[in-house]
Amino acid sequence: MLLPSIAERQVPGYQGAFLLRRDIHGEVAFATIMQFDSLEVRPRPTRGREGTEVDRPVDEFIVYRNLMSSRRSGPAITVDVLEVKRGERQVLPGVSLEVPPGQVTGLLGPSGCGKSTIMRAIVGVQIVAAGHVMVLGAPAGSAALRRRVGYVTQAPSVYADLTVRENLQYFARVLGVTGDRVDAVMTAVELTRHADSVTGNLSGGERSRCSLAVALLGEPELLVLDEPTVGLDPVLRNQLWETFHAQARTGTTILMSTHVMDEAERCDRLILMRDGRIVAQGTPRELLERTGSDTFEAAFLALAEGVAA
Amino acid sequence: MSRAVTLATARRVIQQLRRDRRTVAMLLVIPPALIGLLKWVFDGEPGAFDRISVPLVGLFALILMFLTTSIAMLRERTSGTLERLMTMPLAKLDLLAGYGLAFAAVAMVQAGVTCAVAFGALSIDAAGPVWAVVLLTVASALLGTALGLLFSAFASSEFQAVQFMPAVIMPQLFLSGLFVARDRLPELLHTVSGALPFTYAYDAMATMAVDGAGSDVWRDAGVVAVSILLALALGATTLRRRTA
Repeated sequence: MLLPSIAERQVPGYQGAFLLRRDIHGEVAFATIMQFDSLEVRPRPTRGREGTEVDRPVDEFIVYRNLMSSRRSGPAITVDVLEVKRGERQVLPGVSLEVPPGQVTGLLGPSGCGKSTIMRAIVGVQIVAAGHVMVLGAPAGSAALRRRVGYVTQAPSVYADLTVRENLQYFARVLGVTGDRVDAVMTAVELTRHADSVTGNLSGGERSRCSLAVALLGEPELLVLDEPTVGLDPVLRNQLWETFHAQARTGTTILMSTHVMDEAERCDRLILMRDGRIVAQGTPRELLERTGSDTFEAAFLALAEGVAA
Repeated sequence: MSRAVTLATARRVIQQLRRDRRTVAMLLVIPPALIGLLKWVFDGEPGAFDRISVPLVGLFALILMFLTTSIAMLRERTSGTLERLMTMPLAKLDLLAGYGLAFAAVAMVQAGVTCAVAFGALSIDAAGPVWAVVLLTVASALLGTALGLLFSAFASSEFQAVQFMPAVIMPQLFLSGLFVARDRLPELLHTVSGALPFTYAYDAMATMAVDGAGSDVWRDAGVVAVSILLALALGATTLRRRTA
């Protein structure tokens, strides 16, 4: 298999980089000019897919790839009449939604409304009864997506008996990324101070940040986060939101669930859910305008009652 | 499958185990202590003890490894780390082989300690060479690991996982020939015992104790090795990327 190759040079008089990229399968070859001024691009050699050393800076490839995928016309995620049954109970009766690329999309709704089930279906660990889920142009759960999607479950899924660093080192080896990513993600979630603490001895918030750090290791194009800010203090929550937006600026698509209404305004786009159904979709401003409400709490109530009526 | 991922998994399992010092201590102390106790119990019947001591070394390794692995795997399922790994580029066999490898290393240390105590301090005699007894003990421990990985799939709590020990190991023990020689078992049970892997582990070790290493022993050991691989492969089929 061909490794992603980038030919890069500065274009005179243009603030940015000229990139020529061949697809990892060698199929697509095209050139583009893009602005890089808002991005911090640090060249760094990284291990390639097959474990060989790639001398080209893969960071740039990732930024580039994510930006390209965010500029692709289609949505990053398409859920088409998804049905999920658990025993006799219909958890999702046929949900359809779209998640645009390169944005932070919030999945809002009370607990038990099916948010986690949709996210599980998107990362391909949920048995589905019917419907289609397409993620980054491939069917959800396909092997090709396992390096491109980062997933954080509601409960921190890290090894409680390992230190933060040991956890990250293990998952880094599974993902085939180099050790310097471990330090990078610890910095991103501010856990460097606790690097050598056993995860089980950390506070709940620190443990969920460790779990989030694992998802950031592989620099995924899509991050699926199930209630990532639950139980965090406001300062930390603010910091994490800044991390999410910074990720989105590099072209990463983020889908996160929350049942905290005051987080709604920080999303680029919202999907409101209730009882396994989508109540409304749109930008936060659109939803407020549509309902003539001042708060998302009020908007949600208005929309939920509208559905019930 | 990826060798790097398998080795990383084995290393991670060892790291986890190392942090639990008491478990490590118990894994290493219990088998030799039990053998010591048995020698004392059989003080008046040294002949019987000579026949069963070597197979029991293997049996203790099998039971401890079965319990340890099934609980470890169950934790992986309930902590959400298995679900996370299933969304990552990790082959199911990478995970199982990683576990197998880690516990094989533990089994080797365990068998070494047990045999050192049994043949050294307790001056137990086996007709076969000590290294062969160690090797068969490791094989029994690995059989316990592989069966533990397989049966943990059918347990949804630690309580259930512990119940699988009597359910899976005890019948194999009863039919292995330890209590009643296999050719004196009722016909149906004789047939069933031929299909149970511990029968071959027991047979190999009993022969080793009394007659020494011969081709019979190695044929039995081969059956045990195949059973280990079979249990690991079956274990891989019980790991599902998608769950309800």
